[in-house]
Amino acid sequence: MAIATARVDEGAAGTAERKKAARRTPIVVFVAVLLVILVIPALFAPWLAPHDPLEGRLAHKLKPPAWLPGGTWEYPLGTDPLGRDLLSRLVFGARVSLSVSLVAIVIGGLVGTVLGLFAGYFGGWTDALIMRVVDVAFSLPTILLALVLAVVVGPSFETVIVIVALLLWARYARQVRGEVLSVRERDFVAQARIAGCSHLRIIFGHILPNVTNTLIVLATLQVGYVILLEGTLSFLGVGIPPPSPAWGLMVATGRGLIVSAWWVSFFPGLAILITVLALNLLGDWLRDRLDPRLRQV
Amino acid sequence: MSVPLLEVRDLRTWFFTRWGVVKAVDGVSFAVGEGETLGIVGESGCGKSITALSILRLVPRPAGRIVGGEILLDGENLLDKSEREMRRLRGSRVSMILQDPMSSLNPVFSVGNQVAEALRIHQGLQGPGLWATARDMLRRVRIPSPELRLRAYPHQLSGGMRQRVVGAIALSCRPRVLIADEPTTSLDVTIQAQYLRLLKELQQEMRLALVFITHDFGIVAKMCDRVAVMYAGRVVETGDVREIFNHPRHPYTQALLASVPPLESRVERLASIEGQPPPLHTLPPGCPFVPRCAHARTVCRQEYPPTVGVGNGDGHRAACWKVAEGWDG
Amino acid sequence: MQRYLLRRLLQGVLTLFVISLIVFLLARLSGDPLHIMLPEEATAEDYATAAKHWGLDRPLPAQYLAFLGNALRGDFGQSIRLRQPTLELVLERLPATLQLAGASIAVSLLIAFPIGVLSAVRRGSSLDYAGKAVALLGQSMPSFWLGIVLIWVFAVMLGWLPASGRGGTQHYILPAIALGWYQVAAIMRLVRSSMLDVMDSEYVKLARIKGVAERWVVWKHCLRNAAIPPLTYIGFVVAVLLTGSVVVETVFSWPGIGLLAIDAVRYRDFPLVQTIVLIYAAKFVVINLLVDVLYVYVDPRIRYQR
Repeated sequence: MAIATARVDEGAAGTAERKKAARRTPIVVFVAVLLVILVIPALFAPWLAPHDPLEGRLAHKLKPPAWLPGGTWEYPLGTDPLGRDLLSRLVFGARVSLSVSLVAIVIGGLVGTVLGLFAGYFGGWTDALIMRVVDVAFSLPTILLALVLAVVVGPSFETVIVIVALLLWARYARQVRGEVLSVRERDFVAQARIAGCSHLRIIFGHILPNVTNTLIVLATLQVGYVILLEGTLSFLGVGIPPPSPAWGLMVATGRGLIVSAWWVSFFPGLAILITVLALNLLGDWLRDRLDPRLRQV
Repeated sequence: MSVPLLEVRDLRTWFFTRWGVVKAVDGVSFAVGEGETLGIVGESGCGKSITALSILRLVPRPAGRIVGGEILLDGENLLDKSEREMRRLRGSRVSMILQDPMSSLNPVFSVGNQVAEALRIHQGLQGPGLWATARDMLRRVRIPSPELRLRAYPHQLSGGMRQRVVGAIALSCRPRVLIADEPTTSLDVTIQAQYLRLLKELQQEMRLALVFITHDFGIVAKMCDRVAVMYAGRVVETGDVREIFNHPRHPYTQALLASVPPLESRVERLASIEGQPPPLHTLPPGCPFVPRCAHARTVCRQEYPPTVGVGNGDGHRAACWKVAEGWDG
Repeated sequence: MQRYLLRRLLQGVLTLFVISLIVFLLARLSGDPLHIMLPEEATAEDYATAAKHWGLDRPLPAQYLAFLGNALRGDFGQSIRLRQPTLELVLERLPATLQLAGASIAVSLLIAFPIGVLSAVRRGSSLDYAGKAVALLGQSMPSFWLGIVLIWVFAVMLGWLPASGRGGTQHYILPAIALGWYQVAAIMRLVRSSMLDVMDSEYVKLARIKGVAERWVVWKHCLRNAAIPPLTYIGFVVAVLLTGSVVVETVFSWPGIGLLAIDAVRYRDFPLVQTIVLIYAAKFVVINLLVDVLYVYVDPRIRYQR
């Protein structure tokens, strides 16, 4: 009867769920629109941006947004202290943020997934060793190590990616290992073993496809987090080095100008907020869709 | 049959879900008297548990709603009561034992705490008196060294022990009616037998009206005086337990009994009957058992059969066209 | 129970050890600190003397052992730039950081728990949706930007609260919000989802069958169980607060360890960096231990393990 009750309980949420589904569809559309707005400029930045993001005209420095007194439509969102067009920098900044995040997640995800697969599949010493390292990785004061690392090798695009990947892999390893532990016991794995498949073949051919949903959801949810992290690093001056148009860096530039030229730091921060919000919504939606078990992620 | 203590008349509990209306309980009637045991038997999903929860007015909200019928306890209709009145009545006059003892005790409170809670709420007991009564309750369900157990936490007890604790909680305020929803399904066979014996003894001691929900006809034979067989949210056959065992009339009951080994031998699970129970949100008109029934005729597909008395009139009734129209003689 | 806590303690010590090793190696990789310490016209001889003085001429393992031995005796070395014992510098700044973090955690918990519980109980209500919106916003907002916007609105435009520095109560408000918002969001969601799980459980059904009033079902039977996952998360909260405190202290010029850390890194003052990271790590380990103790108190299943 437990099964029936469970089903009925699900039904109990039915009316609420239906309302939610009705409300959720516009959210998905909203997210899709947001992401298109973000991704298209990132892809076509050189053609879409009205100005060069790096070249400024000092004569035009700190112009307010177009709708404020003193603003012109030549610089819709105004200019920064070096006279660079804020909108153009934002558009190119989307490129920086998205590419850093994607590359870092792919690297961190690959390493973490492979280690998680091994730990879960082989168990025993392999598992103990890898999970110990994961535990330590989780308890490192991340941002401080990132600061140290950034100073050691100097801030650059690659450094940021390495730092972020270093912070991410443990998450994948833990999640994947947990999934593998349950997948491993299923019959098709035994079947593959009987059929004489090698360990590697079983791991990558049979088990990996069963954890891909988890990986997709985890990755989507992490893009937002990584953009925040990259923003934070850049803000602290240990991320993307100037004069690159990184959003976090732009917020830092405007920090001291909040009294006289609020737009310099306001818009880049808003860009981060909207991007991360859209990605988080998308991740939540995907998670509900693909893998409700990941609710705690 | 004695005067009914609990009488359910034409109970309808429906779930309003996004797939449509699920008529989990659709016109169920039965009665239980003091000291009597009624078995409710049926496959998973036939509405047994929802019937039980409906009696306590604890149907999962917001989708589930009791849309019709009466539940009479000592002649008072529970469906007319306020939530506050219901709360006072739950645990004190009607109580219930849930299926899975592993999950029905709260892991963060001690056993004593959980047994004492109902006593505190309903009888206003406090301090040493409360504790002593809780201890007596544990002793009553034959838990050895109850003083020690009071201080234990659920995870420190075995499944059988936990189910005894659940029994102690359910009976602590001396209810008149006890509903047991498959209380032994998740226990070992030997523990099952012990628990059933205990339940029987307690029932006799306390003159309980017991509603025993199960899918196991073997248990019905041991425990019950009368039995109601449920299928797809309705009672399809009801009567004295011997009568039903010896002269089942509804094809579903016959199929259930045919799949049970002879009386007195133990069965783990009901051997399966050909086919599946129908999905409750797309019930066709007519008798829901048609797809699995060997005797089905046109009329069965068109209209739900009336419930008619059969045999020598000792309350044996069945809802089947075959019986109503006497095809089987 | 003692064994459980002892095991956690040993794990904590191991973590600290690993961190000290990593930090030590990283700091040594960050370039020769003498370049910064000595004037540009210093000769090779000056370098050799200075190296000998700071112990930088010995092999790395020896340097590490010396560092570890001294650290165990409470001597974390001298700040290269400020010429003061690093521990002294850190301890001087510690209260400011702890007060801010404490205020922020307290406020987050006080806000997040009730809202999380209520949005689970009234699932689908407007409160639930409002809570969800706040949570989503919180998890998407960069704290450095939130801090700047708060300053802009409440200090610059409205002039209600001070923009930076440490002083009276009103100095805590903006930084605590900037630091805590993310936590509120995360804890709220966690409380909500674990409440929903618990509310579906059989023992909650049993509590209702017993006739327990709904209010008590929620706040006694459910919450105590539902609090367990968010409690584990508090360890993580602390980690995020450490991150956050560096950022928020920078934004609000809050004279805490975060600000000190940024300076230390910028000037490659590696004894100071080492000390800060180790102190942070120790704080982290200690707080996780406290969470474990709390955990043991809330969940009797752990209390009696072996």
